[in-house]
Amino acid sequence: MYDTNYHRASSVEEAVKLRSSQDEARYLSGGMTLIATMKQRLAAPSDLVDLRHVASMKGISVEGRKVRIGAATTHAEVASSSALRAVCPAICHLAGMIGDPHVRHMGTIGGSVANNDPAADYPSAVLALNATVVTDRREISADDYFQGMFDTALEEGELITAITFEAPEKAGYAKFPNPASRYALTGVFVAKSGSGVRVAVTGAGSNGVFRVKDLEAALLANWSAESVSSVTVDASQMMEDMHATPDYRANLVKVMAKRAVQAAG
Amino acid sequence: MGMEGIGARVARKEDKRFLTGKGRYTDDMVVPGMKYAYFVRSPHAHAKITGINVSAAKAMPGVIDVLDGKQLQADGIGNLICGWMIHSKDGSPMKMGAWRPLAVDTVRYVGDAIAIVVADSVAEARDAAEVVTVDYEELPAVITSVAALEAGAPQIHPEAPGNLIFDWQIGDGAATDKAIAEAAHVTEIEILNNRLSPNPMEPRAALGVYDEAEDHYTCYTTSQNPHVARLVMSAFYNVAPENKLRVIAPDVGGGFGSKIYIYPEEIVCLWASKKTGVPVKWTSDRTEAFLTDAHGRDHVSKVKMAFDKNHRIIGLKVDTIANLGAYMSLFSSAVPTYLYATLLSGQYAIPAIHANVRTVYTNTVPVDAYRGAGRPEATYLLERTMEVAARELGVSPAELRRKNFIRSFPYQTPVIMNYDAGDYDASLTAAMDAADWNGFPARRAEAEGRGKKRGIGMSCYIEACGIAPSQAVGSLGAGVGLWESAEVRVNAVGTIEVLTGSHSHGQGHETTFAQLVADRLGVPLASVNIVHGDTDKVQMGMGTYGSRSGAVGMSAIVKALDKVEMKAKKIAAHLMEADESDIVIENGELKVAGTDKTLPWFQVALAAYTAHNLPSGMEPGLKETAFYDPSNFTFPAGCYIAEVEIDPDTGKTEIIQFVAADDFGNIINPMIVEGQVHGGLAQGIGQALLEEVRYDEVSGQLLTASYMDYAMPRADDLPSFKLSHQNTPCPSNPLGIKGCGEAGAIGSPPALINAITDAIGVEITMPATPLKVWQALQSAEPRMAAE
Amino acid sequence: MAKVTLTVNGRTMSSECDDRTLLVHFIRDKLGLTGTHVGCDTTQCGACVVHMDGKSVKSCSILAVQAAGSTVTTIEGIASQGELHPVQAAFNQHHGLQCGFCTPGMVMTAVDMINRHGGQLDEQTVRHELEGNICRCTGYHNIVKAVLSANEEMHGASRQAAE
Repeated sequence: MYDTNYHRASSVEEAVKLRSSQDEARYLSGGMTLIATMKQRLAAPSDLVDLRHVASMKGISVEGRKVRIGAATTHAEVASSSALRAVCPAICHLAGMIGDPHVRHMGTIGGSVANNDPAADYPSAVLALNATVVTDRREISADDYFQGMFDTALEEGELITAITFEAPEKAGYAKFPNPASRYALTGVFVAKSGSGVRVAVTGAGSNGVFRVKDLEAALLANWSAESVSSVTVDASQMMEDMHATPDYRANLVKVMAKRAVQAAG
Repeated sequence: MGMEGIGARVARKEDKRFLTGKGRYTDDMVVPGMKYAYFVRSPHAHAKITGINVSAAKAMPGVIDVLDGKQLQADGIGNLICGWMIHSKDGSPMKMGAWRPLAVDTVRYVGDAIAIVVADSVAEARDAAEVVTVDYEELPAVITSVAALEAGAPQIHPEAPGNLIFDWQIGDGAATDKAIAEAAHVTEIEILNNRLSPNPMEPRAALGVYDEAEDHYTCYTTSQNPHVARLVMSAFYNVAPENKLRVIAPDVGGGFGSKIYIYPEEIVCLWASKKTGVPVKWTSDRTEAFLTDAHGRDHVSKVKMAFDKNHRIIGLKVDTIANLGAYMSLFSSAVPTYLYATLLSGQYAIPAIHANVRTVYTNTVPVDAYRGAGRPEATYLLERTMEVAARELGVSPAELRRKNFIRSFPYQTPVIMNYDAGDYDASLTAAMDAADWNGFPARRAEAEGRGKKRGIGMSCYIEACGIAPSQAVGSLGAGVGLWESAEVRVNAVGTIEVLTGSHSHGQGHETTFAQLVADRLGVPLASVNIVHGDTDKVQMGMGTYGSRSGAVGMSAIVKALDKVEMKAKKIAAHLMEADESDIVIENGELKVAGTDKTLPWFQVALAAYTAHNLPSGMEPGLKETAFYDPSNFTFPAGCYIAEVEIDPDTGKTEIIQFVAADDFGNIINPMIVEGQVHGGLAQGIGQALLEEVRYDEVSGQLLTASYMDYAMPRADDLPSFKLSHQNTPCPSNPLGIKGCGEAGAIGSPPALINAITDAIGVEITMPATPLKVWQALQSAEPRMAAE
Repeated sequence: MAKVTLTVNGRTMSSECDDRTLLVHFIRDKLGLTGTHVGCDTTQCGACVVHMDGKSVKSCSILAVQAAGSTVTTIEGIASQGELHPVQAAFNQHHGLQCGFCTPGMVMTAVDMINRHGGQLDEQTVRHELEGNICRCTGYHNIVKAVLSANEEMHGASRQAAE
């Protein structure tokens, strides 16, 4: 790791101020991706602004079907939240499958969404749940937020403070892990609510997380695993690497979509 | 069997330090004034070095010095060598290219070491290494063994034209060709054995300490054989004479073969310690381990197996190309020859066998022994061929094997080995019973009802352990003898130290070796300590690999114990005024048989050291050394059965059950033996389902350089295993031990692949990843994709 | 440079270190507690697992400065007065370790796992929970056995007491 300077923020305002005082500064949430990247010398922030001690960014609130998850809430906290489980068990299930128990004790939803790794789990949930990304300066709808691999609508220095969404009627997540890294080789989050059906795919797309409109239409017409079968998933949009071909990923999108629908009930 | 003696499931003595964080591994060592090393490595697979500039690096904070290969060469440090001479079939010796510890003019794989930076911290050493500028003239690279042999392939070493190291053969070619010509059926198959990275969890490390006042070096290193390391570093690399070099391999976190060899880093750290005047420690990170630890396997073979009309094998012809990487590692030449082709008879009576093996250089990390070393390659080739043959012949795989089993011992194979004992039917029967083989069709039907594809597969392996009779391996080209030594040191109060040349890096020697002593002398296990891993403490030894520590290392202890007992009995006879032949040792006492006269063990030991009343002419003391050289290899064998269920939607294989029935001869500690089998199975299953080292075939960049891309078996990839033992004692060593360290890795891959191909009905190569299984299913059933 | 103060295994400990120093290196090099190991560079092998404020974490992926002020328990801190923790004892009894290198992380993981599941552990759950810990020696067979046995020991005993 290259040299860096550590700062600990205790409020959103302080964090944003610390971050803006240095051009090459980065926010540090759980650090499960950033520290690993810095260790490999693939990132070299001059300064790190630690968010783990910003109380207002932590915790889960559920009011009726309105859900707010503080950006500094860990995967373990999301996975084990009984309030959240009561309205949207799929996101608890998803959080419980991220990394491993130790990573889940540190990693946060805000960090994951800000990083927008193409193989991370959370972006699929945020997009399928039509969630809102709340920052220190505005609210961004999920459809506007994700702009491609590691690319988001966040401006320089903008800090995610929370993720909010309306709990859907039904939702499910199914993931096929990469045999080596255990990241999503393909993960599909399906959500059905009054406003329609949304299907978001992570791990597979050559441009990061994406929605599959054909699957959404088919599931809107008939919410069942069988209705997935009739849809053709375009392999040309899929990522290729040594672990999976585009064809295989296109197949997995359908298989995981079926399993997500089955899990949603 | 006593509670702590031979055959007892004794919990390990060494566990407490590991369980409480008090293990002492090389990277845990701290010596005064110690500094840290980082190596500058080649980013290119093949390039000429046209210039190295270290001036900016030397000026970086915390940097003590930056040293390169020219300085190393100027100081007379020698090249790394391969210690096993193989001759090609035309009589010419193998063509070994120069391997300099720090490359001087050419780099030949990504990771080849070029310079060492010594600094106050690892981070500062790495910071400085990044500003060492090396000018390269890139050369085309070649990665696969087949491509390396093609006309016009990039030439890697001037010493080896066409990249061919040797073209070797074994067996009777004419007789084999005749058998194939006359056969009622010939099964032909191409076999790929995937390239693996051993991945002991402790990365390699070395701490070089030069003492100027004594002109003496100490090397702490992650070695499976510290004495061999000292010998080679003295005799060939010219680091220091043996009496001026102490090698200590403290607790070592797994080896699996990869820590047998002497690598550039330990040599360079020792040399750098003298150059800089400070102790120099280097610890590999995991990516460095993928880039530089010797890999395993990487064979391409063509096989023809000939059968008569009664399904008896009448001939086997094998043509193998083995990739040895960019340089010849210490035992690399032995692995695809005498550790491989000599096992091609398997458990079967095959009258004619011929194998041709070509080994080649490529621009990849050196390839050498990895758990099993040659025997997994032979077993995979044979057991896949047997399976395919059974399918072609329309007979059950078990029956085809039984029909061809060797049943009379000793049995001389056509490929050197002389099998001394075994009962292959017993293991096959035990495995089939444990797996409920006959109930499989019903289980398959049930799985089909759930949309899953079930398959079952077996593998009957044999291996050669207890490496090895020195004269025999010497005649085959080995540069060393493969005996083992032991010293049994009885202290004046009767407690005992056993100094052994074997090295424990997970195998539990501190317990099993002590069990042997406790069993023989009837003393408490707690009164026996095993000392190993330090050339200053232990007499010359050959180390641990090839499942040799039990069969060879413990046999040496038996010989030393024989001598100790003989002397103790003489003393006891003298003290009790009895005849030496009437003295028996039981429960920690020396007794005069048939009387009530006894002497406790400690009193005899004390008498030996007080020397007040010893038999006339006897030397004081009770300490004996023995060297044991085995008279034959040992031949563990067994049968493994895998049952799998495949999800056709994803191609994922789930192991429903894995049965292992092994014949290891006599067993000292069943719990430790089972642990060895479990670990071997996991590595074999890893090879079959998950693991593969991959390079970009154009750039030569390593694509699987971390656990992000190299799939290590995790707990949820594996089932709990069903084990049993069928013990036919080994007749060639005093304990009847055969060895158990590698069997699991040898026997399991073909069982898995036989099960998977049974399930999907198409051939597949290792590793059978979900992607590959799914693709195989698409090619078999093109309609599924459209569903 | 920063001064980092931690409570480690019940004792307050301080040392200076670079901001870029990882917690695992701080523990090993500054505090001399070398039981915590480093086996990979990618937050996967789990040889470095310690407990921070009561939760299992990978100390190779946390800066020492991030951990400043917290309570850390390492493998050296779980046996009491020479008596092995039930998890340590179970690993010994069931031969859940060979070379010992992954063992500290495995033990710390098992303790956390057993604590979190309130006795509700079966083989499948244990195998899933071990996703972040790689062992190359044991094939996990005896590790799983040891964790289940320790779980029984720790929770069986408390269940008995409650009855």
